Amino acid sequence: MFRAIQTLFGVTIVGFLLLPIVAILPLAFTSSVFLTYPIEDYSLRWFTELATADAWRLSIMNSLIIGLGATLLSTVLGTLAALGMRSEVLPLASLLRTVFLLPMVVPAVVLGVGMQMLFVNFGLASTYPGVIVAHAVLCVPFVIVSVSASLQGIDRAVEKAASSLGASPVTVFHRVTFPLALPGIISGAVFAFATSLDEVVITLFVAGPNQRTLARQMFSSIRENISPTVVAAALLLIIGTLCLAGLAAALRWRQERNALRAAP
Amino acid sequence: MSRASARETLGALLLIVPLLAFLAVFFLWPLWTMVTAAVVDDTVSRVLPRTAAAIVSWDGRDLPPPQVHEALVADLRQANDQQALGETVRRLNSAVSGFRTLLSRTTSSARDGADPKTIDLAAVDPRWKDPRYWLALKDAVPPYTDRNLLAAVDMKRDADGAVVSEAPGASANRLIMFRTFLIAAIVTAACAAIGLPYAMLAAAVTGWKRSALLLAVLVPLWTSLLVRTTAWFVLLQNEGLINGALQAIGFIDSPLPLIFNRLGVVIAMTHVLLPFMVLPIYSVLLSVPRNLMQAAASMGASPLRAFWRVLLPLSLPGLLSGSLLVFMVAIGYYITPALVGGANDQMISSVIAFYATGTANWGLAGALGVILLLVTTILYLIYGRLSKSPQLLGA
Repeated sequence: MFRAIQTLFGVTIVGFLLLPIVAILPLAFTSSVFLTYPIEDYSLRWFTELATADAWRLSIMNSLIIGLGATLLSTVLGTLAALGMRSEVLPLASLLRTVFLLPMVVPAVVLGVGMQMLFVNFGLASTYPGVIVAHAVLCVPFVIVSVSASLQGIDRAVEKAASSLGASPVTVFHRVTFPLALPGIISGAVFAFATSLDEVVITLFVAGPNQRTLARQMFSSIRENISPTVVAAALLLIIGTLCLAGLAAALRWRQERNALRAAP
Repeated sequence: MSRASARETLGALLLIVPLLAFLAVFFLWPLWTMVTAAVVDDTVSRVLPRTAAAIVSWDGRDLPPPQVHEALVADLRQANDQQALGETVRRLNSAVSGFRTLLSRTTSSARDGADPKTIDLAAVDPRWKDPRYWLALKDAVPPYTDRNLLAAVDMKRDADGAVVSEAPGASANRLIMFRTFLIAAIVTAACAAIGLPYAMLAAAVTGWKRSALLLAVLVPLWTSLLVRTTAWFVLLQNEGLINGALQAIGFIDSPLPLIFNRLGVVIAMTHVLLPFMVLPIYSVLLSVPRNLMQAAASMGASPLRAFWRVLLPLSLPGLLSGSLLVFMVAIGYYITPALVGGANDQMISSVIAFYATGTANWGLAGALGVILLLVTTILYLIYGRLSKSPQLLGA
């Protein structure tokens, strides 16, 4: 009896967590303009709309441009900082860590309003660089967490061995530290890209009509006039995220296999 | 400090400085801008700097001394920035109506007069004999103000400078703050009610069952927030899947109102935030020895008693961390209430966005933002204290 209740509860909650996401996806293939079941006729017309309608096509391009820019910026800055934070002699290390993770905590609307006020003075409001730096701020914590975790797994003795064999610090980094940290850096970059792809609130405040991202476009079309295009875009986002996660996992797997081969 | 370790410190700092500078400019500065927008009010003191300096010495009784009159004339003679002057006039006119005509007449007289010392303000306009105008000016010149912060909690200063509440119905900020905390509390309670037994179940089972239960939590966590909100937006419609299914099995006759109301917001937010509750409890429970419940049972405790006296107290730290996390994230939510909620379910973030983009009332948007930021920061500090690693469930 108790087991039955347990199973029922577990299945119900798993259903609550997963079904809503799965249940709407077939609607991307409906030929009707309404988001209702049963689907009478299947078609790809909403994907065609996504690829051809100016607003959607532009927003997909913008998401890629802004996502790549923010990922590059946050990954470079975050990886450097994570390397610096490894040092045990660093003063105020825990305070620095808190500051680096803070963008994850501050309510997005608060940050968005502040950025809008400030960016107007810089001439960054409604520009690509403005949106890219705004997104990069939000991506930084994910890079820090991911790269720090992978750096923690590196045996310091390996680096010491390299430098005792005469390698310069640059060589040690290039040939030892960086390759070992690469999986963490890549998964940090993937998290960063996914964060930028999904960001709406800050974009609402700092982006102009020309920087509308896919997420921003989805947000306003749900608000104003929802059509199956939104679900098609949602499917695209899910597939994009899955591909990125798969890419990160594959790279990590290859890395581990190579490491095993190198150390027989 | 040895030379080697000094060099190491320097090297570490050099690696950190780029990110620190980046966050200082693009993260801390925007927040600071918002805070200053809430408390700085230099519209008047920037245009009338001499008046601002001179009027401080006036005690507010009778009329101000002649040097204040002279300072005002001198300031108005040199006020070249028409836009800034316009803002000053608007600001003063909202305090005492009639200031607009009074200042424009005084400005033109001040500019015509050859010697500012000879101009008699009372002769230019008799209203300068009325202390109300001077008091409004004295009120408006301090560069810092608590007006926005008070307005954010539906309070203001009366004529004597005492802090009083706004008339009921004049402003709804307190109501919205109360609503924000209420919705966040309901969502936290719902997440705890589902998340605690779920995490216990995940910790109790093994093998593929545990993997499946954890995967079911992680997949939504990594699915875009917008996709999840879209899903609920589609499902909760009157013609949506939930109402359709309930009607098809004859459970209800007419569709239940699920969207654009409190229920829809709570369902969607619980779904979005449930992983933040499950994962901290689960990680705490993992460190509980598996045979503890068996030990309690072997000593004669019924399963219920063993749960109540052993498992529940042990999972409390996780429950507390999870609740803080869910509550903290929930009070700042914008997208989900904006899309799934009705007019009466908008939370503090929506109001901030409204003041900022709708009415360009930066002061009030900033003041409400300061309050939200303060509450979030306090909760985060408590959370950081409670859990050993202050990082969120980011990666």
